[in-house]
Amino acid sequence: MYRYNDIDRLLVRQRVTQFRDQTRRHLAGELSVDEFRPLRLQNGLYIQRHAPMLRLAIPYGLLSSKQLRTLASVTRTFDRGSAHFSTRQNLQLNWPELARVPDILEELANVEMHAIQTSGNCIRNITTDPLAGVALQEVSDPRPWAEILRQWSTFHPEFAYLPRKFKIAVSGGPDDAANVRIHDLGLQLVKNAEGEVGFRVWVGGGLGRTPILAKVLREFLPWPHLLTYFDAVLRLYNLHGRRDDMYKARIKILVQSLGIEEFAHQVEAEWAHLKDGPATLTEAEVARVAAHFAPPEYETLPKLDAGFESAKRHDAEFAAWAARNVHEHRVPGYAAVTLSLKATGHAPGDATSEQMEIVADLAERFGFAEIRTTVQQNLVLPDIRKRDLFSLWQAARAAGLATPNVGLLTDIVACPGGDYCSLANAKSLPLAAALQQRFSDRAQVADLGEIKLNISGCVNACGHHHVGHIGLLGVDKQGEEHYQITLGGAWGIEAALGKVIGPAVLAEEVPQAIEWIVDNYRVYRRPHERFIDTLKRIGTESFRDAAYGNAESGQDAKEISNG
Amino acid sequence: MANLSTKLIRDRVIVEDTWQVLTLIADDTPETVGLPAGPLLVPLPVWQARKSELVRRKREQGEPLGIWLDTQDDPADIDANLDDFSVVGVRFPLASDGRGYSIATLLRTRYGYRGELRAFGSIGRDHLHYLWRVGFDSFAVKQPELAIASLDDFSEAYQAAANQPLPLFLRRALSA
Repeated sequence: MYRYNDIDRLLVRQRVTQFRDQTRRHLAGELSVDEFRPLRLQNGLYIQRHAPMLRLAIPYGLLSSKQLRTLASVTRTFDRGSAHFSTRQNLQLNWPELARVPDILEELANVEMHAIQTSGNCIRNITTDPLAGVALQEVSDPRPWAEILRQWSTFHPEFAYLPRKFKIAVSGGPDDAANVRIHDLGLQLVKNAEGEVGFRVWVGGGLGRTPILAKVLREFLPWPHLLTYFDAVLRLYNLHGRRDDMYKARIKILVQSLGIEEFAHQVEAEWAHLKDGPATLTEAEVARVAAHFAPPEYETLPKLDAGFESAKRHDAEFAAWAARNVHEHRVPGYAAVTLSLKATGHAPGDATSEQMEIVADLAERFGFAEIRTTVQQNLVLPDIRKRDLFSLWQAARAAGLATPNVGLLTDIVACPGGDYCSLANAKSLPLAAALQQRFSDRAQVADLGEIKLNISGCVNACGHHHVGHIGLLGVDKQGEEHYQITLGGAWGIEAALGKVIGPAVLAEEVPQAIEWIVDNYRVYRRPHERFIDTLKRIGTESFRDAAYGNAESGQDAKEISNG
Repeated sequence: MANLSTKLIRDRVIVEDTWQVLTLIADDTPETVGLPAGPLLVPLPVWQARKSELVRRKREQGEPLGIWLDTQDDPADIDANLDDFSVVGVRFPLASDGRGYSIATLLRTRYGYRGELRAFGSIGRDHLHYLWRVGFDSFAVKQPELAIASLDDFSEAYQAAANQPLPLFLRRALSA
């Protein structure tokens, strides 16, 4: 992974010094609440319902064991021993004390970490595929590009006060595991006809109040032009994005109002001035950064491991875990493993300090001391020998990190909701808990196969409900919590926005409605057909009827089709 | 009519500010607004309406002339006339309105403006470092004596910018 040099270290330290002084001036009454707000936001600090919330950056979701141990200790010392992994691969503390935030940032700086630009109207943490570098389908490793973009976006003086936040994702290949289409700018690594590496550039995606999927801005951008091209896009947005209405200020609205062709034309016109300028990337610089992501020293192993195969045959629980949480790896004899943060009874994405320390240990003991955070709010150990999977599973299970539910209905993605967030209309976490309770039969959940369920506590859509196969959006109706149900959203290469199926449902009644929805899937599915594919094939009508308690029609249809 | 402030930071030192900023208020029109004596920053509409008068005022009466751009103004509109101004100002109506950072970048890197470039409006010491990097060299801020240190909040930068045309990776390669 990327290791800081003297200048990287210096910049992060100078940021701590700067923010320490800003915090001091604010507490001394020299910086007003309004003056302090944008400064603290650019350091990830929100003032929330109960206490500040501090969002720590995990650049493109990559952590060393040492860094994760520091996060564990910071969580223990400055919070209440538990923290929340977010849908943008970051970590959120919910109870830090304002005056001590500079101390937290100093602790982070000691292990090459920070909270720079994790909030505010600036370029945010860049996200990517948690299986970057080990995924089978990769055209090229996205991490060096994400790091190059991290450096470019960090303290970019021209783009610190944009009309609105700006999110970038980089996908290593055609399967788009980074979900580029829900980002302001998305990059997909591709090769052109000559076999040269470049990017397909997507622009104008985003969820929130006006969900829009990104459109292709450029089919092929040769890699040397990455930064000059991004400068052009950002300048256009900085100068012409709307600033009169925060709900219309994202770049997606500018792209929509100009039309993608005109927007692309204006980008090209601006880029003509910058193209081939000094910010053009060189082979030497890309090689320098890429060297930090060179493959670790893998052992030469057979593709199949007899012990692993035998353990699966003899232990059904292990087999269930291996089926869901173990992923193919490009190196024979290795696998990537998802440690689920979605155990029944635990808030999605939450981890205790002890769990973080155990994960750090497991990554050292079985891997190369590296951990990835995922957009689905889990943790990944990217390089595990197949022969170690059983031992890893036993250790993870003892720590409550081996729920075999990756990609299943109970692998719920949820924002922190009204328990913590002052924007939320509804409490996402109790609903997530109720759903996990309702679907606590593991065999039943495994039988349902892949179903992505996402919960957002308000229209800001931090839980990405629009792209869940089943999406739940908290709304307030005369002081009562209700949830709007959307169906048909999807991620990645098949990205789609879900559609609202009808009136919002009282929070207490949501688990029943979801059960009826999945019952309807059981009625109609064909062998091996995923929930989302059944939904696409037969449409939402029967699901809507089922959700509102009119399931008979589905049963009738089944009888007729069987008759 | 408003004085920027009595003191400002210019070229990294604190100096008396002798300039006045002409602002159109209420019933003022660019064509008829009075031009007070002394060094004067006029808004873009006044410049566009009264170019020859302003140039004559400068040449014949020796009154220093400056212009200021508002946040929605396009610096391309003054590209051809940049030699006429001793100072170009950029107003920040809100600290959160970052258009001025791009306007300054364009003035310095595209239109080749080399004279004094002044930031004024809702800016404070915590903005100085970025303002300096995008090419401003004069800053009308509260308490300039305290603020000036923040010009150097950071001693290095990754990106190319108006005050440093080479990104860090190129400088590193050249010095290696």
